[in-house]
Amino acid sequence: MQGDGERIEITISSRFENIELVQVIAEHLCENAGVDEDGSHWIGMAVREAVANAIKHGNKLDISKKVNATFDLRGSELEITISDEGAGFDPTKVSDPLDKQNLMKTSGRGIFYMKTFMDAVHYSFNPGGGTSLVMTKNLAKGSGIASTKA
Amino acid sequence: MKATSRNVNGVDIIKLDGKITIGAGDQQLREVIGSACNEGKNKILLDMSGVTTIDSSGIGELVGSYTTVTNRGGKLKLLHLPAKLNELLHVTQLITVFEVYENEQEAVSSF
Repeated sequence: MQGDGERIEITISSRFENIELVQVIAEHLCENAGVDEDGSHWIGMAVREAVANAIKHGNKLDISKKVNATFDLRGSELEITISDEGAGFDPTKVSDPLDKQNLMKTSGRGIFYMKTFMDAVHYSFNPGGGTSLVMTKNLAKGSGIASTKA
Repeated sequence: MKATSRNVNGVDIIKLDGKITIGAGDQQLREVIGSACNEGKNKILLDMSGVTTIDSSGIGELVGSYTTVTNRGGKLKLLHLPAKLNELLHVTQLITVFEVYENEQEAVSSF
């Protein structure tokens, strides 16, 4: 694992086709830090879900609004911040997709994915508008999904 | 995403290739399944071997496809799950919903 710090920042307009740009950065950053292909994939998937939520639910597909992604790697600790310009939401009202009553719903799994693939997920809501999602992952611990499997 | 269909012993095997992700493959999957249902097809086997990426929207569309076919009295089953999709179905507990096969002949016979 590399010990040097690394910071990468990218700002995109709210288009679904831009999601992959951010996902690829995440995956390459992880691979460069020594994470295996599977681990990098799942972190990239968490980033994909976060950016998709920011575009769809945060910025409501308004292409004039931006999504900012920041990757901070310090030692083996990766912190990813995804920020949008939306009105925010109440995280306590996000339903559990594993509840039997929610299992067959066609949406509502994005945040669950992030929590599954990352060590921690937090939201902050800026007084002037906009939501920031902060996800952290200790890259030395390997792929997060393996520990959640039945 | 690309979808190609063939019929084996009354079962429509639809092979999906590429990405099933938000804003792209998810809508295509809905259209493919919708068209199949409108054509009266009610035994559908989705060959997932060519799926390279699937996100939560794609998983949601799989669930929606299952519901659409089931509500019309049909059956939708999955064939050749890529490893990562298999893991996602386990994590989301949807593996308890879908019938999954690794062998095409066995899958066709199961309808």
